[in-house]
Amino acid sequence: MNARLEAPVFDLAIVGAGPAGMAAAVEAAARGLAAVVLDEQPAPGGQIWRNIEASGGRASLGGSYAKGAAHAAAFRAAVADYRPGTLVWHVETADHEPARLWLMQGERVGQLRARRVLIAPGATERPVPVPGWTLPGAMTVGALQTLLKGAEVVPSAPVVLAGNGPLLYLTAVQLAACGARIAAVLWTAPPGAWRGAVPHLPGFLASGTWRAGLGLMRDFRALGIRVVRDVAAIEITGDGRAEAVRYRTAGGASGEIATGLVALHEGVIPATNLARAIGCEHLWDEAQAAFRPRLGPWGQTSVEGVLIAGDGGGIAGADAAPLAGRLAVLGAAHALGRLTLPERDGLAAPLRRDLDRILRGRAFIDRLYPPRLARAALPDAVVVCRCEEVTAGAVRGAVASGAQGPNQIKAFLRCGMGPCQGRFCDPTVTRLIAEARGVPEAEVGQFRLRPPVKPVPLTAFAAAGEEVA
Amino acid sequence: MFRRLSPAEAGGTPVTFRFEGREIAARAGESVAAALLAAGEAVFRASPVSAAPRGPFCMMGACFDCLVEIDGLPGCQACMTIVRPGMEVRRDRIAGAPA
Repeated sequence: MNARLEAPVFDLAIVGAGPAGMAAAVEAAARGLAAVVLDEQPAPGGQIWRNIEASGGRASLGGSYAKGAAHAAAFRAAVADYRPGTLVWHVETADHEPARLWLMQGERVGQLRARRVLIAPGATERPVPVPGWTLPGAMTVGALQTLLKGAEVVPSAPVVLAGNGPLLYLTAVQLAACGARIAAVLWTAPPGAWRGAVPHLPGFLASGTWRAGLGLMRDFRALGIRVVRDVAAIEITGDGRAEAVRYRTAGGASGEIATGLVALHEGVIPATNLARAIGCEHLWDEAQAAFRPRLGPWGQTSVEGVLIAGDGGGIAGADAAPLAGRLAVLGAAHALGRLTLPERDGLAAPLRRDLDRILRGRAFIDRLYPPRLARAALPDAVVVCRCEEVTAGAVRGAVASGAQGPNQIKAFLRCGMGPCQGRFCDPTVTRLIAEARGVPEAEVGQFRLRPPVKPVPLTAFAAAGEEVA
Repeated sequence: MFRRLSPAEAGGTPVTFRFEGREIAARAGESVAAALLAAGEAVFRASPVSAAPRGPFCMMGACFDCLVEIDGLPGCQACMTIVRPGMEVRRDRIAGAPA
């Protein structure tokens, strides 16, 4: 019990070492805060700048990737206590007391305390449930990018990419630059999406992100990849592994492409599991078709002392995340009495100006690349919860039997109770309930999550022995 | 399904480990999942409900479809575990599921 009381107390614990977390650590050092950075990955960079140090920012991965090298270098130079390979699986909060963070590092649990906790969890890919998406050989586009960046491993036979969004373009260009072949892109953004985007064009132009966007589209077109447009439905087929993908366009055209590898992508959504397990309030963001935490101007959540920055607070991208991370630290430094109000606001002003400019470009992108397969009518037989193999039909049946919310669906069907803790079924379950009840997703809400946010083996507690007894 | 841009030896002495008794050469610092995919393995486990074959899906620690048994410890995320020399990796077999 003594160790519990004696766990070291930091001013700030930063969870995540991606764009937001790294910049937050740099800012914390500049403000003299005693900070610790906890990250599940073995090296800094997050998903977007994965393996940035070892790869040296490979030119074939493009400018948006290479940018990460400077951020990682600044992070290394500034950070005093960085703990890679560390999972934060629970955060206990109490008013007027430092939060207690429960960790797993290697195969041991541990803990520390912090007066402020800044969560920078980033994003996960939006689940795109389609028939056959659980077959080996069905993956996400982000997974292909991770294999390329993290291990220089690329598809050995022509791959089919299905979905839409900037990451799909970017990954196609990166894969092609490394000699991987792409059989086809099944593009799911409706051709009329630009009409909804046009009113937001001025903001997009003002944001400056259009330069990178146009360059990316030009690079993609130059590849001459076969693109099937206006795809409204796909099905991945195969006996025990992916062997082909069938598609149907909104115009009624259909086809089948033989391939052992199909990668899905319809944008990213905030990774909210830890924030939800802590009890932070979340709200439905209609433009991004996803839940996100309710945040104050300094990244404050509804839970005292818990802050969120970066894509985990709403998708805004890797240019916005470092600014949000720094703003959250300035807010925390003021709250901890390390900066006066004028000092905080003076330091924040240029950051906020840049952040606002970038955020103005987001609405255009959101409307240009709306999720389609992830929002389409789901056949009853499609698996919604990959862990517990719960189908859309089973969820609908449970709603008809009286399960009115996600937590009842969980109790009825074990849906969301597998090891992924709802990460890949939560949005779909909420949508299916909303559709069946004829109410908005905002009203249905999400699964209530409990710690640990990822499974922690009992042996990890045993390894820590009396330290946590 | 996958190939390496350059051989595992190109990044220095490869890390070797075993998957279901088969020797796998990996590059130091990469994940178990990347090494297995590069070695032609696609099926990492049987799902606990229907025993359907599963393999890596998200590669970023979120989906838990790449679970394997490492040195006797079941339920390890292959995409989040860095290769170590001599590790014994097996397909994850959840109690009750067919081998």
